[in-house]
Amino acid sequence: MKMIMAIIKPAKLDAVREALVEIGIQGLTSGEVSGFGRQKGHTEIYRGAEYNVSFVPKIKIEVAVSDGQVDAAVDAIKTAANTNKIGDGKIFVTDLSQAVRIRTGETDEDAL
Amino acid sequence: MKIIFKLGCLVSIALLFSLTTAHITMAADAKPTLDTGDTAWIMTSTALVLFMTMPGLALFYGGLVRSKNVLSVLMQCFGIATLMSVLWLIFGYSIAFGENNQWWGGMGKSFFTGISADTLIGTIPENVFFMFQMTFAVITPALIVGAYVERIKFSAVLLFSGLWLMIVYAPSTHWIWGGGILADLGWASDALKGFGTMDFAGGLVVHANAGVAALVIAAMLGSRRGFPNELRPPHNPGMVMIGAAMLWVGWFGFNGGSALGANGGAGMAIAVTHISASTACLVWVAIEWIKFGKPSLVGIATGAIAGLATITPGSGFVGPVGALVFGALAGVICFFMISVIKNTWKIDDSLDVFAVHGVGGILGILLTSIFADASAGGVGLPDGISIGMAFVGQLLAAVITVIWAGVGSYIIVKIVQATVGLRVDETEETEGLDLTVHGERGYDI
Repeated sequence: MKMIMAIIKPAKLDAVREALVEIGIQGLTSGEVSGFGRQKGHTEIYRGAEYNVSFVPKIKIEVAVSDGQVDAAVDAIKTAANTNKIGDGKIFVTDLSQAVRIRTGETDEDAL
Repeated sequence: MKIIFKLGCLVSIALLFSLTTAHITMAADAKPTLDTGDTAWIMTSTALVLFMTMPGLALFYGGLVRSKNVLSVLMQCFGIATLMSVLWLIFGYSIAFGENNQWWGGMGKSFFTGISADTLIGTIPENVFFMFQMTFAVITPALIVGAYVERIKFSAVLLFSGLWLMIVYAPSTHWIWGGGILADLGWASDALKGFGTMDFAGGLVVHANAGVAALVIAAMLGSRRGFPNELRPPHNPGMVMIGAAMLWVGWFGFNGGSALGANGGAGMAIAVTHISASTACLVWVAIEWIKFGKPSLVGIATGAIAGLATITPGSGFVGPVGALVFGALAGVICFFMISVIKNTWKIDDSLDVFAVHGVGGILGILLTSIFADASAGGVGLPDGISIGMAFVGQLLAAVITVIWAGVGSYIIVKIVQATVGLRVDETEETEGLDLTVHGERGYDI
């Protein structure tokens, strides 16, 4: 099992969710985060004064997948979240050692 | 019979206004009679002007600070409103509208002394006049909040505002609206005999006073940590817009109510107020659009306040075409003064009280001398006063007001520094005043 963590543009959350559902992913977790990468921050101007906003708002999604689904899921996210502009985000994949569905007690791939 | 009597009252009021400033300077002879229409309108205006501070100004300022300080700003406005109300009863009204001498109204009207429900000022009960004027005494110190947000002690806010009401606001009101030294500038020159400062609703009394005090306290208090480059932007422009819109509506009572009657003068005051505000909004966002590429909500809201503050002194004297000029100049001049004060003078008058209110109020006072003239569509200058002399008179009144507000505010800040202290410590400032000073949190996210 793998855990896919992706940082994406807020506007792309729905597209990513739809793409993952299409390849059979059954669930994901998302949250609002802020951070910076190559895009750095941006400036906002209020009453003529420039403010440097160094952390940009992004969405973080986390998806637990079976080994066989990893490539398809990464690909789906990569395609759906792409605008080909700086700030599109990143995808990280890590090993996942255990999973439990709380209601039934099912474990590992049965729990995904 | 009744109608004739009513007409007679209106004519005598109109005469009184044309001879002096808009705010009544104690009608001497004819026994005044109560007018129910006038009274109803001033009671309505009282509610509108109180609404400007609570919650209008509080929201306008609250949205402009960071989320960790939003409650402290709301609290400062609310605290000032209540304290000024009580002090207005104890000494404020008496100093401003008492009859001691030209400098100081004295304590003769303290605690409503000699004022019953039947006592009249012009055609309205004096208790209504007291309340209407109280709402001005509430909003003026509250305007200064914008200078010291995000770093001042709450005790300092209360002590500063209370002393400021006594030493700066009430005497200044007496000088201009209470029949004091600026209500007839004849002492300065024979050519100014019979010319009283034309400050209809408070270009000097309210806006210049608050603006100068803001500059003084901001300079003495020091900048917010991180000023000017590392500050976070306004946390809620939507709140800024809601507050500005409430101020705008309330301003109809502020300027329209300053006619002290329900009449054509009040109607014209509301019309020119609205035109000036709208024009200033458009000019402000046009400058932003050209200069920075985007028209902003905070910009259009700030433009509204600049246009409103600038028309305030002229609102009872100028016509709607004049109001277009007031609004346009307010948009341009206040916009550029913001960067002069923050970038050139490096004073962290955080929410631009001086640039918007101080500059707007003084600009309006000077423009009034030109646009009050009948040739420019105004109600006309007093007999024998040219535009040039009116300009000199207005300038003189502005200089005296600015000097007194500056000196008075400086002394008061020194007193506050020496007693309760002015500024919170570094940790409190970093964590935000909401939690450290008031023990509450604006948002739980």
